[in-house]
Amino acid sequence: MKPETLLYPTPKGLYCEKGGFYIDPVQPVEKALITHGHADHARAGHTHVLATRETLDIMRIRYGDAFCVSSQAVVLGARTGIGDVTASFHPAGHVLGSAQIAVEADGTRIVVSGDYKRRRDPTCAAFEPVPCDVFITEATFGLPVFHHPDDRGEVAKLLTSLRQFPERAHLIGAYALGKAQRIIALLREAGYDQPIFIHGALARLCDYYEERGIGLGDIRPATQDVQDRQSFAGAVVIGPPAAFADKWARRFPDPVAIFASGWMLVRQRAKQRGVELPMIISDHCDWTELTETIREINPAQVWVTHGREEALVRWCELEGIAARPLHLVGYDDEGE
Amino acid sequence: MRAFAELLDRLVLTPQRNAKIKLMADYFRNAPDPDRGYALAAIAGTLTLKTVKPHVLRQLVLERLDEVLFRYSYDYIGDLAETISLVWERQAGGETAQQDLSLGAVMHQLEMAGRANVHGLVRNLLDQLEGSSRFAFLKLITGGLRIGVSARLVKQALADMGNVDITEIETLWHGLSPPYTALFRWLDGKSDKPELDMPAVFHAVMLATPVADSDLATLDPKAFVAEWKWDGIRVQLANLAGTRRLYSRSGDDISGAFPDILEAADFEGIIDGELLVGGTMRTNRATRTFSDLQQRLNRKTVTRKMLEEYPAFIRGYDLLFSGRRDIRQESFLTRRAELSALIDKAAPSHFDLSPLVPFSSWEELDRLRADPPDPVVEGIMLKRLDSPYTAGRSKGPWFKWKREPYNVDAVLMYAQRGHGKRSSYYSDFTFGVWTQSDGRDGLVPVGKAYFGFTDAEMEVLDRYVRNNTVERFGPVRAIRAEPDHGFVVEVAFEGINFSTRHKSGVAMRFPRISRLRTDKLPRDADRLETLLAMIGQQGADMEEIGNQFNR
Repeated sequence: MKPETLLYPTPKGLYCEKGGFYIDPVQPVEKALITHGHADHARAGHTHVLATRETLDIMRIRYGDAFCVSSQAVVLGARTGIGDVTASFHPAGHVLGSAQIAVEADGTRIVVSGDYKRRRDPTCAAFEPVPCDVFITEATFGLPVFHHPDDRGEVAKLLTSLRQFPERAHLIGAYALGKAQRIIALLREAGYDQPIFIHGALARLCDYYEERGIGLGDIRPATQDVQDRQSFAGAVVIGPPAAFADKWARRFPDPVAIFASGWMLVRQRAKQRGVELPMIISDHCDWTELTETIREINPAQVWVTHGREEALVRWCELEGIAARPLHLVGYDDEGE
Repeated sequence: MRAFAELLDRLVLTPQRNAKIKLMADYFRNAPDPDRGYALAAIAGTLTLKTVKPHVLRQLVLERLDEVLFRYSYDYIGDLAETISLVWERQAGGETAQQDLSLGAVMHQLEMAGRANVHGLVRNLLDQLEGSSRFAFLKLITGGLRIGVSARLVKQALADMGNVDITEIETLWHGLSPPYTALFRWLDGKSDKPELDMPAVFHAVMLATPVADSDLATLDPKAFVAEWKWDGIRVQLANLAGTRRLYSRSGDDISGAFPDILEAADFEGIIDGELLVGGTMRTNRATRTFSDLQQRLNRKTVTRKMLEEYPAFIRGYDLLFSGRRDIRQESFLTRRAELSALIDKAAPSHFDLSPLVPFSSWEELDRLRADPPDPVVEGIMLKRLDSPYTAGRSKGPWFKWKREPYNVDAVLMYAQRGHGKRSSYYSDFTFGVWTQSDGRDGLVPVGKAYFGFTDAEMEVLDRYVRNNTVERFGPVRAIRAEPDHGFVVEVAFEGINFSTRHKSGVAMRFPRISRLRTDKLPRDADRLETLLAMIGQQGADMEEIGNQFNR
């Protein structure tokens, strides 16, 4: 069948008419398949939800037990029949539990990548390329300017600063799901064994990562006595980026403002946010990884969603690959 | 190159002075020669390099990248060097950089290259460098390096690194050149202080401390002379053994922007004085305001038209060297007598002597201070008759006694978060006054201020902003400001002028928030007409001065 009839964009999200389900819908629907637990992809209020066990757990942590009426955990790689179509989930390498969703009917297969990355990440399973007719790729960093450097170099910058400024608290803004835990794991890999302090918004997710066997070391809440400001001198504190503009940040002595994000590659972005030490660490593909993934999968068509669609579509044209933008709305890239 | 690039990246984003010094001092300690010397030159602005034109870079990048993709990228980043540094990809099959190419090696290759080879060399270097290093390299060769570090700050970092006094660095500075290997050898403690062969070096200037009422009670008026404190910039003019230089008070060489003054300096010696624009007293023409002087500042070169429209001159305060003789140990009175004799013979159009202000009591001087005869006076200087000329700011020999600032009551309109320690506080404010437009009264912004208040007052302001935000524009919050609801602050400033760059048509000098007027409603704040009248008052003063001099 024609891929355009198997999956197509609607105001509620990407819709599969033949299977009667949406993928990452942005409004409540009857049946939803969810790629991963980030709030703009995984919303509360659907009737039936199909996702990996980790994604379902994360939704439960964030929204409570009533986040949907019924849920079904899928095993990576297993094929599930839904109406006249078959769906299967495959690791996307984005955050814990993240998956690509392959939808197949009448010999046509479309892979919805969700958000994905190709770099090694100690906190989640690596991306697996799935052969397909249509590959739907995100394009958060879909411009030739984005070349994310090696994570280890970025962590080394932080360690250098800790040595240079032992009297200052090092405050890292990082997305609460995935990025925060990855930063912690990378710090541990680099041999940093001091306690790491976390904002309350991260606590339950960090606990969950531990439960799933991802060791984060000595994690403590950053909620000590205000009297004892100096106890944060030279400490690493991690919280959601918004918390650092908030009064919460005042309890730390002379903080170094750090932001861990792919956007930190752009100097002006770091400057505007008042970031003193940018850590260019991303849970998305950079330009090279996006284009190499498309080459590797070699689909007949590429559909491009959220991000800078036009540049990636242009690149596909130059490469002789049929491509078009999908214009899905409701996905937010600022938290990255 | 990587360490240098990392240093630049951090300096640009680090707001605190001490942290910047620390970053630089650490770099100078760890980087090898000649890399650190070139880095120092790049930061202090003493590096001379062949520059590469933007169109050459554009050609290079388009050899490898589709034009449409390049345009998307450039539109997104907005800076050519940064865009190229980010999109650059080594040619497929090209060798990847095995090791970090040193800054010294890059400088060497650039120096050796002929005009014709520049294209190939830049391409080759871009291939060998990585991310941030590519950016630093491109900024160096396009002459677009902006890192927000003053020459003074980098000298402080050198002083910290070598554990010496900054005045020693300032004195040596203009006798040395990149890559400063002798300087670093001395700072590393591996050799003696370098000997200079350039005579017209900068000598650290003598500074005054502010005077307090409690000081005056203990001081004998007869031990001091008073002088007007002129509102220009403090400079040092050196002419020794055929070398002429003009330095700012922090030791920046500003000779290039003032060829008129250097040419007129036909005497040998080192003068300390105020750089001003307008006519000298000896030509009976008025001294012009600081905003006129600004037209001549921060330029590398100057046009003939600028020289004619904004003639510069020096008003002499002190003499450090009389001919080649160092007289800094002599008393102020002795030095002044020599200065007076020297200026008598110097060109009247470019040099005059700062007049003394006769007085017999502090009360009398206070009255003169409150009502100076010239609008370009910003206060009074007190100097002990017997004071030698000593580098730096020590309390006792010289005092400054500034005139009272101007004040207006204004209404807070917008706020932004600060940096560093203040990054969680709304502490940068735009304030406005009332004016009539389209037949209605409204607030028009007249300035910005981010200091003057105490930490406790900052908490109050921050809380007000958070609870009274009416709109957000990116990082900026618009604050509720209505006739009966809003926040009034007293703004103090040093001067005010017409400005075409601001919507209100006025620009304040050195504005700060001097008091929180929680007792006032916005409707009680000042009007734009009040500010315009202040400019008018300054203008009237100016005319009167002109008349006085012509009489």
